[in-house]
Amino acid sequence: MISQFLFILLLSVGIYFFVIRVKKVLRNINLGREKVINDRKKERWQTMARVAMGQSKMGSRPVAAFFHLLIYVGFVIINIEVLEIMIDGVFGTHRVLSFLGGFYDFLIGSFEYLAIGVLVACVVFLVRRNVIRLKRFHMAEMTSWPKSDANLILITEIFLMTAFLFMNASDALLQSREASHYVLAGAFPVSSSLFGMLGSYSNETLIMIERGCWWFHIIGIIAFLNYVPYSKHFHILLAFPNTWYSNLNPKGQFNNMESVTNEVKLMMDPAAVSPPTDPNIPPQRFGAKDVKDLNWKQLMDAYSCTECGRCTSVCPANITGKLLSPRKIMMDTRDRLEEVGKNFDLKGADYDDGKSLINDYIKEEEIWACTSCNACVEACPILIDPLSIIMDLRRFKVMEESAAPAELNGMFTKMENNGAPWQFSPADRMNWTEN
Amino acid sequence: MIMEDFKVNTMAEMMARGEKPEILFWVGCAGSFDDRAKKVTKALAKILHHSRVKFAVLGTEESCTGDPAKRAGNEFLFQMSAMNNIAVLNGYEVTKIVTGCPHCFNTLKNEYPELGGNYEVLHHSQLLQELMDAGKITVQGGAYQGKKITFHDPCYLGRANNVYEAPRQVIMRLDSLMTEMKRSRANGLCCGAGGAQMFKEPENGKKDINMERSEEALASSPDTIAVACPFCMTMMSDGVKLHEKEDSVKVKDIAEMIAEAMDL
Repeated sequence: MISQFLFILLLSVGIYFFVIRVKKVLRNINLGREKVINDRKKERWQTMARVAMGQSKMGSRPVAAFFHLLIYVGFVIINIEVLEIMIDGVFGTHRVLSFLGGFYDFLIGSFEYLAIGVLVACVVFLVRRNVIRLKRFHMAEMTSWPKSDANLILITEIFLMTAFLFMNASDALLQSREASHYVLAGAFPVSSSLFGMLGSYSNETLIMIERGCWWFHIIGIIAFLNYVPYSKHFHILLAFPNTWYSNLNPKGQFNNMESVTNEVKLMMDPAAVSPPTDPNIPPQRFGAKDVKDLNWKQLMDAYSCTECGRCTSVCPANITGKLLSPRKIMMDTRDRLEEVGKNFDLKGADYDDGKSLINDYIKEEEIWACTSCNACVEACPILIDPLSIIMDLRRFKVMEESAAPAELNGMFTKMENNGAPWQFSPADRMNWTEN
Repeated sequence: MIMEDFKVNTMAEMMARGEKPEILFWVGCAGSFDDRAKKVTKALAKILHHSRVKFAVLGTEESCTGDPAKRAGNEFLFQMSAMNNIAVLNGYEVTKIVTGCPHCFNTLKNEYPELGGNYEVLHHSQLLQELMDAGKITVQGGAYQGKKITFHDPCYLGRANNVYEAPRQVIMRLDSLMTEMKRSRANGLCCGAGGAQMFKEPENGKKDINMERSEEALASSPDTIAVACPFCMTMMSDGVKLHEKEDSVKVKDIAEMIAEAMDL
């Protein structure tokens, strides 16, 4: 009874704090500008099924893709086991799903294979990060927290899987010794290799190990659940909505700024009538100075990023040693949004800390190094769009602060004066036909 | 205006005669003013003329699509340029456009509709492929037979608009040996000119992007590096020159290669 009570308490507290945190993240995302995304629903579901569930963009790096798939499938399927643990915990039962008989054996058996698969994959990933030290995990923006975040996730998963296997091994031994409560159920193709290690222990010790691992496993999962929304690991949930809401237009099509269209029409056609505006609402800034000037999808992109660095590893500017790193753009956006969110909570919605995404987090030098080549967008396994943020920051710099690099200002002037980015007269446009 | 053996009509001239072209050839600023790109413009005009495509240009009425302004963050200038062009294009009731510049292509095709400009827009690689498929262009043997060619994907044609096959199909007709760079198609590396970089010095770094890309192109020791964008042309040509390979490796636009193979 006590353990049931404890379990329900733990689970409730865990879920409570998880929900609070997720609500906060959603609140932060909604600090961004509105953007209606609900067209082409069929295509959106297909995109999500293909890219998030089917992991179609992972394949470009086969080693990572294989081990990532192991962890993904393991994570999703082992959750069936977590369901059983929950029911057992709440009702004080033991292996409540064992009535499934042969199918239950099949389930437990496959969980064991997946568990060892996940364990191996996590070790491989730790080695890639810390021993082989793949370049993309050790770039400038990968400071101590992003590195520890990644390692912590991998180590936690190793512990969880180890506990799961030891729990099964001791359970299986207790079953074979016909200990009370330990119904004969399940197949243990992997954990049976631990029999040798555990076989000499008494029933009491085995029960302690089994119960210990059971509690460790479920407490670990609840703790992990609460860790995820603070971590880069949030992609395991956000990958799904993030791909659903992703940009379905050609990548070369940059969004049209309607506010500008209205003004340009007024300038070009004196008869045009400006659309009615509410004098109480201050006009929106052109482009983005801070995270609140970005739209909510761009902010969700930031929370979805798992910092894998594929974007940066294909960025022509980064490859050739420029300061720009698309991953850093996403990490900075998230860090700044977290800061703005904290200010909101502590000092109210209107508090201005005098800082901004551009300048305080992202330097001008970074955004002007971008060639808008879309390599980062193409590389992202969950369809994050760092380029749209870079573009909005440029728009702010150019249209609000007139702070484009001098050569670009020169180019603008030429375009205005002679309709070409170079100093040539429009009258010469047909010169190519002459020899 | 008279080229060596035929006249390039402007829309205004055609309209005055009560005629309408099948397609508008959008030359672009580089195609009009850049000496290297002008050769590509000529080649494409010759191909169009030779394959009896009734085309016209805007001539002095053409102006920048606004692409570099938009990528540089100057949406005002972009939209002003775009709306001026749309007024001209709609005035001539243009329905179909071909251009040799992927930046013009992308802007006309994707960014003009929301401002009231709706046209069928083709990149010249797509039109060349169409003409070849229709048997209007036949290439036999020619200068590129058996030559090793590598194609550099323009970002605004490839990733931006998913056109990877058309330029390759065109090159295949030359009976040449096509080699792919390590980074090609969706993984192609930018030449370094996009996003208005063409008009400014690069930020500080270890290396210029066009050096990185031309190195990669040269690694397969091609006879020709094929491009399909005037900016890529500049960047790749400069890169090849800086690697002191300009005597042995040519940088050519696919339209030039076809025109050469057709002896135009």
